[in-house]
Amino acid sequence: MKRKTLRLYLLVISLALLGIATALVLNAFNRELVFFFSPSDIAAERPAAGRMIRLGGLVEVDSLSKLEDGATVSFRVTDLSSSLDVAFRGVLPDLFREGQGVVVQGAFNESGRFVATEVLAKHDENYLPPEVAKALKASGRWQEGAATMGTDGSEP
Amino acid sequence: MHRFANPGRFQRLAARLLPWLKGLTALAFLAGLYLALLASPPDYQQGETVRIMYVHVPAAWMALFAYLLLGLASASALVWRHPLADVAAAALSPVGAAFTFIALVTGALWGKPMWGTYWVWDARLTSFLLLFFLYLGHMALLGAFDDRSRGQRSAAVLALVGLINLPIIKFSVDWWNTLHQPASVARFDGPSIDPSMLWPLFTMAAAFHLYLLAAVMERMRTQLLAARLRTQRQARFETWQGEPGA
Repeated sequence: MKRKTLRLYLLVISLALLGIATALVLNAFNRELVFFFSPSDIAAERPAAGRMIRLGGLVEVDSLSKLEDGATVSFRVTDLSSSLDVAFRGVLPDLFREGQGVVVQGAFNESGRFVATEVLAKHDENYLPPEVAKALKASGRWQEGAATMGTDGSEP
Repeated sequence: MHRFANPGRFQRLAARLLPWLKGLTALAFLAGLYLALLASPPDYQQGETVRIMYVHVPAAWMALFAYLLLGLASASALVWRHPLADVAAAALSPVGAAFTFIALVTGALWGKPMWGTYWVWDARLTSFLLLFFLYLGHMALLGAFDDRSRGQRSAAVLALVGLINLPIIKFSVDWWNTLHQPASVARFDGPSIDPSMLWPLFTMAAAFHLYLLAAVMERMRTQLLAARLRTQRQARFETWQGEPGA
């Protein structure tokens, strides 16, 4: 009985130490573990031109437009407190639309414009049949893209 | 727990329970697949692609649950030397690895049309891939030593170390921003899935639980039989060696 108890204590203590060590490591690498930066992050600390980053947020409503060349699209990515212009030449994913969450990968060019090389749509955690979504919109209880962000931990 | 410590008693219990379990599993899958693939509505954004979720989410839950059980079995093997714990651990890891694989593949197939990519290295996806490698490592370590008990012990240590990955997987979507969406079912303010989709999901989850139980019990049963066969062979070999003129 005594040896069993000893082994149990040993196990619990080593797991606790392992947990603390992991928490410290993850905490130290916190900045590297985020998948994308928000427009506010970038406004606070602008990365150098040419450095690849990912930018995440909502596609600002009424900001999507095609440029003169007919192939490049331009839109603004916002986190509702700050926003950033993005230019992208390529195929947009199915879920891409204004008010939706996106993660774009790209870099600032020499003239200070954010040029995306890849645009990913971010899906939120809400699952609804089309009729219910319509009914919610009709009753005015709909919050467009409210749940999509989650960058600052704020609940919708 | 020690009531079932006797492998013979476990064998009798498993033989009695398994036919029922397998029948229930089949029924639950029939009901779940009907609800998920035919009777539930499409999603307002994902359309029919949402049906992948009914396999992906329960598979991911089972991958985590099986690992939790693997951790418990490994702890009781190391601490209490429970005679069935090593058998349970060895039975769990391939089943858990299969569920992890299913979750990874269905997730990728969903990701391509929805996100626009099969795979990204965000915190959720990466920690889940690590879970798959932990399962593979457990299976590899079990067979890596000539002395079976040494393999079992090192595999148990690996399984316990890997337990730390479970909260990381679960909370990765809250601690860091990820491309993967946050939790829809297990959240403080209730599920964010419409009831017409939640019930098919729960039915599928019940089917997956039953399958996990049945598969692990069956594997434990065959492993106990295999162990008995090994000792019998060993005994026969020893008597044969002892005979004059052999």
